Amino acid sequence: MGKYIEHDDAHDGVDRRGFLKCMAWAGTGALCVLQGGVLKSFALSDLAGYGAAAKKGELSFVQIRDSHIGFNKPANPDVSATLQTAIDKINALPTPPAFVLHTGDLTHLSKPEEFDTLSQLLKGIKTDRIHFVPGEHDVLNDNGKQFRERFGAGSQGEGWYSFDYQGAHFIGLVNVVNLKAGGLGNLGSEQLEWLESDVKKLKTSTPIVVFAHIPLWSVYPDWGWGTEDSEQALAYLKRFGSVTVLNGHIHQIMQKVEGNITFHTAASTAFLQPAPGTAASPGPMKVPAEKLLGVLGLTDVNFIRGKHSLAITDSSLAG
Amino acid sequence: MKRALKLAFIGVCFWVMIFVMFLLVTTAHGKPPARPPAGPPDIQVKVDNFSFMPPDLKVPVGTKVTWVNRDDVPHTVVSNDGKFSSPALDTDEQFSFTFSEAGTYEYYCSVHPRMTAKVIVQ
Repeated sequence: MGKYIEHDDAHDGVDRRGFLKCMAWAGTGALCVLQGGVLKSFALSDLAGYGAAAKKGELSFVQIRDSHIGFNKPANPDVSATLQTAIDKINALPTPPAFVLHTGDLTHLSKPEEFDTLSQLLKGIKTDRIHFVPGEHDVLNDNGKQFRERFGAGSQGEGWYSFDYQGAHFIGLVNVVNLKAGGLGNLGSEQLEWLESDVKKLKTSTPIVVFAHIPLWSVYPDWGWGTEDSEQALAYLKRFGSVTVLNGHIHQIMQKVEGNITFHTAASTAFLQPAPGTAASPGPMKVPAEKLLGVLGLTDVNFIRGKHSLAITDSSLAG
Repeated sequence: MKRALKLAFIGVCFWVMIFVMFLLVTTAHGKPPARPPAGPPDIQVKVDNFSFMPPDLKVPVGTKVTWVNRDDVPHTVVSNDGKFSSPALDTDEQFSFTFSEAGTYEYYCSVHPRMTAKVIVQ
């Protein structure tokens, strides 16, 4: 079963209204695929059929974020258990992911035992590799030194790096260190210079995937949900035909499309945070215990060769 | 003989007790009770809901200010000029700094940098 949604309100060939409507379903199990500006939606029960196509030399990977190992307040008294639920779901995917991206806030307090527990849990994922970028909770007290020692092999500076996989170029950015008073997330000039040279020689047709903890677009500056100097970073990426930016930090699903750049940020495996401006502060939100798994989630990303966008599927940890 | 000794003993105990009570009363009057050194009292800043309360604290020179984190998430207390910097404070943990010089000390949380406040020391 597949159906087309056809609303082209901005007259640019991108069906944003349909996409956002589809995203509202995503938390309950729908796959939305944006291909050349046209939206297709599939129920997750049809994923087996889609999975078969994925096996024909396409790339799929999973993003998880905001596991906050060490957090134990009422919003989620057992974050290790909910992370394990996410890991079980990853292991149950019809196609094992090529790798897993963890986009930060692995731990809650940067404690060594929290990193140890996290590493131990992630050993249970059936995948070849896991790539990390830190969240602000991972760089407490030492500006990220411990994080880089554990997860920063091959990275530069505060921990940024890039790698290629099946023709796509992946870039891990760090925007959670050296934060200035009153500011937002921050990339810094050294990292921006590195980014400019890193993508300079790539063909415009190379699919680009950028992952960083704090959103690279202004979700809600009052709550620090944005990155001060991301404009410069995005300027280096504008020429590419397909750019996907994956973030965490805000513990909820949000998406924005700007030309060829799709920004996506999604649910935590630990706790929910309020929608922008709907609460006094962006602190952990308590939900009834039976609803907790429904507000947590992971993201499955599929790259269909020849198509200019990645297919991003969010699924909750419930059911 | 035995009875007389017993009476004498009771008598001695009685007078020893009176004497001890006398000593306690007089020495209590003689020495003043210990007091903390005179000076400004300790002041607390409550860290909660991603904010510092009060955000513009005014204190006299010599005040010890204690930040107490009542929030669900960790925060830090870092002065813009580098004069003080706390470790990450989890819920209920605290950090103190004694302001021995007058001035305006702007500070923020290095984990959530939109959280800013100041201490004005006069």
